[in-house]
Amino acid sequence: MNSIKIETIHYSLNYGNFRAIEDISIKIPEKQVTALIGPSGCGKSTFLRSFNRMNDLIPGVTTEGEILLDGEDIFKMDPVSLRQRVGMVFQKPNPFPKSIYDNVAYGPRVNGLKDHKKLDEIVERSLRGAALWDEVKDNLNKSGLALSGGQQQRLCIARALAVEPSVILMDEPAASLDPIATLRIEDLIRMLVENYTIVIVTHNMQQAGRVSDYTAFFFTDETRTGRLVEYDRTQVIFTNPKDKRTEDYITGRFG
Amino acid sequence: MNQAESNASSTVQSAAQKQPNRSNLKQRHLSQKFAFGALWVGGALVMLILLVVVGYVITNGIREVTWEFLTTAPRGGLSGEGGISTTIVSTVYLIGLTIVIATPLGIGAAIFLTEYAGETNVGSKFLRSLIDLVHFGVETLAGIPSIIFGLFGFALFVSVLHFGFSLLSAGLAGACLVLPTIIRTTEESLLTVPMSYREASLALGATKWQTIYQVVLPAAIPGIITGIILSVARVISETAVFYVTLGGSARMPTSIFSSGRTLALHLYYLAMDTNAFDKAMATGAVLIISIILINLIIDFVSSKLTAGLRENQ
Repeated sequence: MNSIKIETIHYSLNYGNFRAIEDISIKIPEKQVTALIGPSGCGKSTFLRSFNRMNDLIPGVTTEGEILLDGEDIFKMDPVSLRQRVGMVFQKPNPFPKSIYDNVAYGPRVNGLKDHKKLDEIVERSLRGAALWDEVKDNLNKSGLALSGGQQQRLCIARALAVEPSVILMDEPAASLDPIATLRIEDLIRMLVENYTIVIVTHNMQQAGRVSDYTAFFFTDETRTGRLVEYDRTQVIFTNPKDKRTEDYITGRFG
Repeated sequence: MNQAESNASSTVQSAAQKQPNRSNLKQRHLSQKFAFGALWVGGALVMLILLVVVGYVITNGIREVTWEFLTTAPRGGLSGEGGISTTIVSTVYLIGLTIVIATPLGIGAAIFLTEYAGETNVGSKFLRSLIDLVHFGVETLAGIPSIIFGLFGFALFVSVLHFGFSLLSAGLAGACLVLPTIIRTTEESLLTVPMSYREASLALGATKWQTIYQVVLPAAIPGIITGIILSVARVISETAVFYVTLGGSARMPTSIFSSGRTLALHLYYLAMDTNAFDKAMATGAVLIISIILINLIIDFVSSKLTAGLRENQ
């Protein structure tokens, strides 16, 4: 196992009085893809959104336990600087209604970078990193919303890369894409993992099998509180799960 | 029509086919025809009334609307002679002043109400009830008769603050009048900005203010502009507020402390104090034409801007 990038220690999250996820302790290795899988409503997205504190935006959310990024407690960090280190790609491509260039340059700009030459460099590097450069290099002033769905999602990945995070969170990044665009995103994830720690939520078992090194299986019961059932190398989870529920889920018996 | 809807409608159809209740069907078609007929008559009547009012004023007034009429100052007093040049200038000044005062306030209030309403941090209960109070206040302001704003403006700006009958007093009172319009339209357009834009921006390490300023506000601009133009139309057509704050001088205004009269006020004076019915009609025609132009601009601006957004989606 590589060195630990993110560690959660007895982490729980409540929406008001409702306990959404409970007592999750997990160690996410650096420069590996970790997939969070499980049926709808088991709290995997909520868990993912904890890593960059996006849940802070929701009124009434309280948390217990700790989440460490490089050994540092993220709840003691400024959320703005945390989000520069932990980027996020959302389920639906959500480029801003701005040009392709301005979309990618947005992050560096809000962080105070004004130098045009440096911005040009970052935009090119990020678009190359997201395997989008060749398709858009002649149209950088075109609106990001004019791209196809798959291109939009890669633009969103480029936009996240431009901030130079060390972790990228992906919340079902291919859920709204066709199979070909999905494959391109999956290839891209395998490429990105050379340099980034990636945590991905997916509903698609095959996808988890294809892209991830580690898999965490979440499950919930009638209390609707999400719990971590099993966490191991993806290969182990898919071929030799220890828990009956994991096996049932992976073989498609429910969920 | 999306898939879910078409599925739903096809199930409704197949259910209807299973029931061979033909007579009922005929009756339903009949009542539909009747309802549509009534709606048509209603729509046609509204158009007719509109055409008669607008047509009457324009056909009676337009003959007097000459270049000379537009560029000559009114004689003032009880004569009713002269043109409307100074009143056009007063109207334009007052519009500018009102909008400059009301827009930043209104947009600020709308941002506060929409972007901070969901936040529940320290003192959340207090903030929550404050927001409810402001909402209630805005609704109430929108329903208050305009003369009340005039009265308030007269008491505060004209008398207590010693601004006198002036463009400044009228602009401040006018700003109070159009604030609810600007707040509501801005609020509505802020609410239509997708949550995903805000999330994307925050996830990139932007602060809340950067998110509002650089992503949310630009996306809300069509609505904000519509609110401003509606306010312009309101200032042009308003009389009661300015009757008691602007004074009614027919002279050319020279500063924000000058008294003046807007087109609508001038029309009021002409109709009430003079026998210059033709001049009143002509002024009315100018007013109606400017309101029509403003409405066309609203249509143009909002379709242009929303088309720009939609094309990209």
